[in-house]
Amino acid sequence: MPIMALTELMRILRDCAGQDESVDFEGDIADVPFEELGYDSLALLQAAGMAEREHNVRLEDEAVATATTPRELLATINQSMAVESL
Amino acid sequence: MVVRTAMAEAAGLDRGVPGATAPVVTGIGVAAPNGLGTGPWWRATLAGERAIAPITRFNADSYPARMAGEVRDFDPSEHLPSRLIPQTDHMTRLALAASAEAFADAGVDTSALPEYAAGVVTSASAGGFEFGQRELQALWSKGSRHVSAYQSFAWFYAVNTGQISIRHGLRGPSGVLVTGEAGGLDAVAQARRRLRGDAELMLTGGVDGSLCPWGWTALLSSGRLSTSDDPEHAYLPFSADARGHVVGEGGALLVLEAPESARARGARAYGALSGYAATFDPAPGAGGEPGLRYAIEQALDEADVTPDQVGVVFADACGVPDDDRAEADAISGVFGSRGVPVTAPKTLTGRLCAGGASLDLAAALLSVHEGVLPPTADVGRQAEGICLDLVTGTPRYGRVDVALVLARGQGGFNAAAVVRAADL
Repeated sequence: MPIMALTELMRILRDCAGQDESVDFEGDIADVPFEELGYDSLALLQAAGMAEREHNVRLEDEAVATATTPRELLATINQSMAVESL
Repeated sequence: MVVRTAMAEAAGLDRGVPGATAPVVTGIGVAAPNGLGTGPWWRATLAGERAIAPITRFNADSYPARMAGEVRDFDPSEHLPSRLIPQTDHMTRLALAASAEAFADAGVDTSALPEYAAGVVTSASAGGFEFGQRELQALWSKGSRHVSAYQSFAWFYAVNTGQISIRHGLRGPSGVLVTGEAGGLDAVAQARRRLRGDAELMLTGGVDGSLCPWGWTALLSSGRLSTSDDPEHAYLPFSADARGHVVGEGGALLVLEAPESARARGARAYGALSGYAATFDPAPGAGGEPGLRYAIEQALDEADVTPDQVGVVFADACGVPDDDRAEADAISGVFGSRGVPVTAPKTLTGRLCAGGASLDLAAALLSVHEGVLPPTADVGRQAEGICLDLVTGTPRYGRVDVALVLARGQGGFNAAAVVRAADL
């Protein structure tokens, strides 16, 4: 079963929406709210779109919108990837 | 966000307050084809450095017009945080750079301003068309999942006001004006209007541009673009060889505030916006004189200055023979034949759509501040019936108390603004 790692998600976010210069992306950020990381809802939509294209999955916009941290968004993406691979 | 027209002005509903209460400009930010930043642009302008050249932003070989004034060597990562780069069109990036420069120049720390004390009013013509074209092409060629989420606002004509407001935390009265090339003055007048209300300080002006096939096709539809491939002869306003104009990108953003607030914080003022008027031309076929002369007279009247006090006129300089003659008639009608120095530094940059008149306003402010008239590129022999004292070749030095800036949008929008030296 394909799994996306946190490092890949953060790479996608950086590619799609840049990186807040005041945030340490090397630290433990899986549970830091997106708001504190400098990513708004459009940034998440943009990142979800790239994850969809790179992994050929479909993500529900609502599921993406309810994710408030990288860990939650990662769970949503990995769940979709698992379903697609069935 | 509200789109304003010049209608209130035309209806005479907005009489200004002349004299000491006229708002002052305390900061200038510039993005121009012949210089990024106020200093480099002003030096290039006084030196008569022309930035009109073949288009490089896209392959324009198959288009009838192929010259433009591009802002080159702009590295967005030097001016913007990385988070803003994926969500901004080129012209919005230029506007964000110019807004930061204007605030720094004014010595204003925007984070220290009360939340609703400062607003933004910009002018626009198209929006982020280069960004928009790329995303529309992605939609057609790859499908909706390939369209950037930022397309939702990046293409929009109000985007510069929004991004500047967010970047600097300016939550006061804001808006955007779309009045063609007159917008660069109309926006500043709207900002002035806001200062009469609750706003203490306004960031205003226009930085514009849509140098991409989509934007270019729209511009070509005016039928007024020069099809010459010779950078030195493509844009010759008032000339016997006038053949349309060249379009460019860029503009200027200004910090506008009440003189008492500028004085209170010990700011330096480039000058005061002491008069402004906007008029419409008569409907096509209705006959009668175009509205530009009336706009000039109204603006001078509001500023409480007589024509002989005006030291320079920054012309709209359309480069289309009939429009040139109409403007020359309006200027000569007010000032007399060769009655006032006239200049058009936009001959060095091309017409910058809704940003051009704001850049002229910046030049007018520096003229009164420094006592120098920037030159027009050499246009050769003036067209028959046009008799202007055109400042060409080199700058003219000497005291300038009052400068007049003219701008016209296609379809009959006229605007005139008067700036005076200001002692705080």
